[in-house]
Order: sequence, then structure tokens, then C-alpha cells
Amino acid sequence: MTTGRLLSALTGLGLALAVTTQASANEEEQFITLASTTSTEQSGLFEAILPQFEEKTGIEVRVVAVGTGQAFELARRGDADSLLVHDTTGEKAFVEEGYATERQPVMYNDFVLIGPADDPADIANAESVEDAFSRIADTEAPFASRGDDSGTNRAELRLWEAAGVEPGGEWYRELGSGMGPTLNTAAGMDAYVMSDRATWVAFDNRQDLDILFDGDEALFNQYGSLLLSEERHPDLKHDLAQQWHEWLISEAGQQAIAEYELDGEQLFFPNADAD
Amino acid sequence: MLSEDNAFITALQLILSLDQTLVGIVSLSMQVSLTAVLIASVLGLPLGAAVALWRFPGRGLVIVVLNAFMGLPPVVAGLVVYLLLSRAGPLGELGLLFTPSAMVIAQVLLILPIIAALTRQHTEERWEEYREQLTSFRVSRLRSIPTLLWDARFALMTVILAGFGRASAEVGAVMIVGGNIDGVTRVMTTAIVLETNKGDLPLALGLGLILLLLVALINAGAFLISEEAKRRLG
Repeated sequence: MTTGRLLSALTGLGLALAVTTQASANEEEQFITLASTTSTEQSGLFEAILPQFEEKTGIEVRVVAVGTGQAFELARRGDADSLLVHDTTGEKAFVEEGYATERQPVMYNDFVLIGPADDPADIANAESVEDAFSRIADTEAPFASRGDDSGTNRAELRLWEAAGVEPGGEWYRELGSGMGPTLNTAAGMDAYVMSDRATWVAFDNRQDLDILFDGDEALFNQYGSLLLSEERHPDLKHDLAQQWHEWLISEAGQQAIAEYELDGEQLFFPNADAD
Repeated sequence: MLSEDNAFITALQLILSLDQTLVGIVSLSMQVSLTAVLIASVLGLPLGAAVALWRFPGRGLVIVVLNAFMGLPPVVAGLVVYLLLSRAGPLGELGLLFTPSAMVIAQVLLILPIIAALTRQHTEERWEEYREQLTSFRVSRLRSIPTLLWDARFALMTVILAGFGRASAEVGAVMIVGGNIDGVTRVMTTAIVLETNKGDLPLALGLGLILLLLVALINAGAFLISEEAKRRLG
């Protein structure tokens, strides 16, 4: 009955694995779950600053990186202890709705307009971001939109509105995916796309894409940290989350953000004193 | 294309360097999927056999539902488990969301129907064959289950491997309920998605190759065990 014994050995192994998984989950005590955006995760920022915070406070920050819309939803349901997103309008509404008690600006970077290097809509010579958007709509050059209710998507839609364009039709492609997949797709179909600079700098599969337009004030991209309401979700780790929130806007946190560079380029600029 | 050649080199380099992060991700992947397969087998094998042996009203419906759930989209399984485990959900108190346990639950939900439905198929065929014999020895249906499962063991090994394959390959469910948290719930498939999102396609493909290699190794192990057992037991 070798097989029988083998089967029981395998079963034992499986149970042992199950138990170790459980044990290792119990060991880590002090942690918070942070709902944040893909840009902060994929640019490597968290990898650089979280160890500094953990060393100082002993609190591990577990990042769930999703679009801003989904991050709000996670926090609304009580599935995250803290929130770091980039949609100032949405953040203020979140406070007004009573889900958060405080919102603090933390840092900023900017959005950039990316497109095929030969630039069929000639946006490189646009006078403003609205002008660039109008040129894309006029030439009906392919434009890849996130279409996922993320912070970037919301900002993009506001810019179309400012440009007086109702995006739609064959050339406007709503992908319903994150920044990275959208860049991959845009590279594949030589489309224009709006991205935050951090994700773009960290992105490898550029193919024929390049930054064609940047620097307009309207492309400013502000990140904010939210302190969630104890009243709404009393079971969350509010004390630990508050330490994280305060560290982000403290001198040490702001310096950590400023010091993070990728390929010699600073990706996020601290501005906790703004507003 | 150049980048595809690089994927092999990247995979090889990752394996040879025994990168600690990679080792962690691989072992979590295996722990989660093996635990899920174990639980789904413990539940699914007897369940499938029971449906094969007993006649009860609505049995046809149960079979159709089990078969249909073999095609459950992982992202739907993930969403259901997310809504159950979310703080606002019925099991929110347990605090299991974004833990490996949540990932195990989602994978069990995905592969239990596969194991139960295919076990039903295999044992029903054998039940028709041995039914008279077993009843003439006055073996009750309940007592017949282990006999039938044992008789079908080689076929069931393949069923369990199919379940393991689905568990280790899916990404939709573990992404939602695990959250792809670095060092906590990041497994092979979610790491592949992350690297794809970052546009690091060679690394993503390299990780894919490693996952494929691991699954192939486990299948080879199972194959050797059953060959050896067939040889010894005739």
C-alpha cells in the first residue's frame, strides 16, 4: 500500500502547509492596510519610503494598489485603514460624506500627454493642454483612455470638458484598465494617452511612444492622504493609521518622498503645506 | 523578438540567483494552491461520489449546477468572496480580507465544482459496473464510497491535478481578495500581472515560465507516483 502511505504523507504535508500559512499570518501584528493608487506602487515610491516608516514606528504598511475610484470604494466598505489617492475633488467629497474626517495634501507630480513620436495631431506645438486635446479630437487620432474611474481618468475627462470636446467615436478608446495596461495598449496601437509622469518613467515597454506635451498648470496632479472616520468604521486601526498619516506630512516623511528618484529623476514633490 | 529571448534568460537568472523575493512569492503560490486543492479534494471527492450513488429529487439539477460551475469565471469567484469577507459583508468580522486565507477560500470555490463534478462522472461509471456485486455483499452505499474512490484513484489523480492547475493559474480571484500586497499576498500570477502593468514584459514572461515549470514538476511527480503504484499493484 505504498500509494496509501504516500497519500497520507501528502495530506499531512498539505495540512502542515496550511498551518504554517496561518502561523505566519498571525505573527505580523502591527500593520495597516493602505488603499492607494497604482502610480504610487508601480513607480517604486512605496518600496523606498515604507521601510523608513516601518523602522521608525514598527508599523508595516500593506499596500493594496488600485484605481482611485476603487480605493474610495474599499475605504467606504471599511476594508482599508488608510487612503492615499489623487483626486482632490473626490477626496473633498469623501470628507463631506463623512467617510473621512481629515484630508491633507501630501505631494504632487504632473500628468503628461504621450503619443506616437511622429505626432499626427501635432500636439507638441499646442499652446495649452486644452488645445492639445482639441487637436487630437480634430484629427481623430486614436486616443487610449483609462475608462476605469481612476484619478487619472477623472482628470482626463475634466480636461476634455475644458477643451469643449465630448470624447467618443472610433478614435476614442475606453480601455477600462489600469495605467500600465493602458500604456501597453497605447504602445500597441500608436495611440495618444494621458499618464502620470511617475508611471511613465517607471514604464519599460514604450515602443514608439514619447512624451509630446507637458508643463501646463492644468496637468497638475495632487496626491492627498485621508484620515478615515472612526464613527463609520470603529473597528479599523485608527491609531496606527493616524501615525502613518502624520508621518507622511511630517518633515521626515516629506523628505523621504523628495529623496525618491528613478533613473535620476525625482517623481514626487512633497507639498504638505499647500492648500 | 529580442524581448522574448530575454524572457528565458531572465527566468534562468531568477532561478539561479534564488532571489529571496521570488522564493517567497513561489512558496506562497504553492502553499495557497496546494491548501486549496487539499480542502477542495477532501470536500469534493465524497461529494461527487455521493451524487453518483444516491438517487434523490433534484439530482439532475445538482449535476447541471456542478458542471456549470466548472466554468465559473475566477473574477466572479473573487468578487463573491470579496463581498463575503469585506468589513461590510457577512463574514467581515473575521478580518480575512487581503490575507492568504482569503485566497485559499476563493480558489476552493473555483476548484470544488471541478473536483466534485469529475468525481461524480468517474464514480458513477464504476458504480454501474460494481453495483450488483457490492449490493450482493450487503455493502451499504456509504461504505461503497471509499471502495469506488479507491478503484478510480488513477483517474481521480488527474482530476485533482486539473484542480491544482486551475488554482495555480488563475489570477482574477486572488487579485481581488488578496490585493497583491508585496510580501503578504503576492503570488506568481499577480506578480506577472504587476510586471506586465509596469511594461517589464521579459520579467513577466520569465515569471510565467517559472510558474509553468513548477506546475510541470508537480505533474511529473504525480505521474511518476501513479506509474510506480500501477506497476506494484498491477
